[in-house]
Amino acid sequence: MSTTALGVHHDYEPGMVERARWALADARVMTRRYLLQLIRIPTVLFFSLIQPVMFVLLFRYVFGGAIHTAGVNYAEYMLPGAIAQTASFASFGTAIGLAYDLGRGLIDRVRSMPAARFAVLAGRLSSDVVRSLAVVLVLVAVGYGVGFRFDNGAGPAILMILLSVLFGLAICTIAAFVGLALKDPEAVQSFGLVWLFPLTFVSGAFVPVATMPGWLQAIARPNPVTLVVDVMRSLAYGGPIAAHLLESLAWIVGILLVFAPLAVRAFKRAS
Amino acid sequence: MDGVDHAAIVARGIVKRFEETVALDGLDLEVPRGSVLGLLGPNGSGKTTLVRVLTTLTRPDEGSAAVEGHDVVHQAAAVRRRIGLAGQFSAVDDHLTGYENLEMAGRLYHLDRQTAARRAHELLERFQLTDAASRPAKGYSGGMRRRLDLAASLVAQPSVLFLDEPTTGLDPRSRLDLWGVIRDLVRDGTTLLLTTQYLEEADQLADSIVVIDHGRVIAKGTAPELKSRVGGDVLTGTVASNADLERAREALAPLGVGEAQEDPVTNELRLPVGSMGSRALLEAVRLLDNEGIEVLDLAINRPSLDDVFLALTGHAASNAPATPQKGRRAKRRERAAAGSEAR
Repeated sequence: MSTTALGVHHDYEPGMVERARWALADARVMTRRYLLQLIRIPTVLFFSLIQPVMFVLLFRYVFGGAIHTAGVNYAEYMLPGAIAQTASFASFGTAIGLAYDLGRGLIDRVRSMPAARFAVLAGRLSSDVVRSLAVVLVLVAVGYGVGFRFDNGAGPAILMILLSVLFGLAICTIAAFVGLALKDPEAVQSFGLVWLFPLTFVSGAFVPVATMPGWLQAIARPNPVTLVVDVMRSLAYGGPIAAHLLESLAWIVGILLVFAPLAVRAFKRAS
Repeated sequence: MDGVDHAAIVARGIVKRFEETVALDGLDLEVPRGSVLGLLGPNGSGKTTLVRVLTTLTRPDEGSAAVEGHDVVHQAAAVRRRIGLAGQFSAVDDHLTGYENLEMAGRLYHLDRQTAARRAHELLERFQLTDAASRPAKGYSGGMRRRLDLAASLVAQPSVLFLDEPTTGLDPRSRLDLWGVIRDLVRDGTTLLLTTQYLEEADQLADSIVVIDHGRVIAKGTAPELKSRVGGDVLTGTVASNADLERAREALAPLGVGEAQEDPVTNELRLPVGSMGSRALLEAVRLLDNEGIEVLDLAINRPSLDDVFLALTGHAASNAPATPQKGRRAKRRERAAAGSEAR
């Protein structure tokens, strides 16, 4: 066995447990890297906050007066929708960030190291979850300023926030696959606009689905955004939870089961 | 593999295809432990693809390769623990400081926290980046970024180091600096495989040189050995005007023992003249004078590796067209690099 001055055992083959421990450490290193990036690029931080806040204010005050929501004020109705949309839009960062890293050779660099291969992907997604959580909390605060209230107690409120972040993670996993498959940051950005806007607007996020034309309702009702936002509303101010919760979780688990392996495969092949 | 214990890198019959093009076409290579191999070839000759195979980033379609006795496909993890790689475009994170970049690399090589920190400081010192250590790499000059990138490839003290065109895009001053850094490095006994399109670079840094073109080895040897392949001296002349370049070439044709090489930008002409020695110079003066061609500079030189490349391939290394053999990834990176320069 040869050991260098740094204590790296060159001839040492780590076992399963140790490999798993290192893989987690690697993912943590990458998570820290992406979070540092976020702090270092103030424009990204600014825009990832300003855009959702702007949406909340626009919907609350510009469209809010024209949209009738039975039994609940529009601020309360709309905020869960804005939160779900924000968690989905965080996926822009996932896709563009990975495409950028790929183009710059950063992913190749990490893949030539003994670090776990999935560390980049896991680190990216973990940092996106942290960022989503931070932005969601800001939105809740802004929501309180414009008339939103959690009427259902702290436990359901926390569950609502966790559900939105979990849904955001599922969308980020799709975006990770898209970013690694398309590889070009600009193409990735355009593609994000094309699918994320219909996904979040053709839903019950901002308006009752019943006000849409019939053919559009057929699309909006099974939309995971509609289902997730319905559960979030029930958690925020009461109402039936069970039915939509199962459907929502089925969507989230289904997306993760399909797109996590696809993203890993794209990551392995990306070069 | 073949019992070559003394070799740090062995490659046998490596073939790699990209869609319709063949990037590596049955390539063999052997790099003795502790030596520096210069892998020389024009754009698209397969240099980067070979480095990617040897550093476990790309699987070869055929053939096999080993680094420090470990197969690059089946024992990739063992290979990764022993190698360092610095690519064509410095893979440093712009938004992290120099220190953070190195500390992160150390952690990803599985050094413990204290060792990674100590190593980062050592390398910053060694590469004269201590003053810039706490600034984001975004503000670094091209030369500083390459030094940081090189430092990152050294955090775990690799026994085999791969440098893919380490000085491409650097100004001459930074290039000389980096050459000095690389020379110091190999003094410690690190095995180095260095790719370059700069013939002078291979001449300066490498113990032996392998010339590849279209994914095949077309020559190998030391720089003097390769130069002797041209078969003698080279007459170098610079004419006053571009219009005279072609006339000078015709006038000097009777002296040549091989193809003349022209550079329309510098108005320079290079012609292998065999072993005529200074007689060639006298003859050349006479021939050019007869034609009334004004000459700024005329000399007899030992051949450069450019001359070697021309003699071996029939085309000049620097003027070789960039073929699609390079692969999409490399091109995309070139675009990215061009984009970041424009910004």
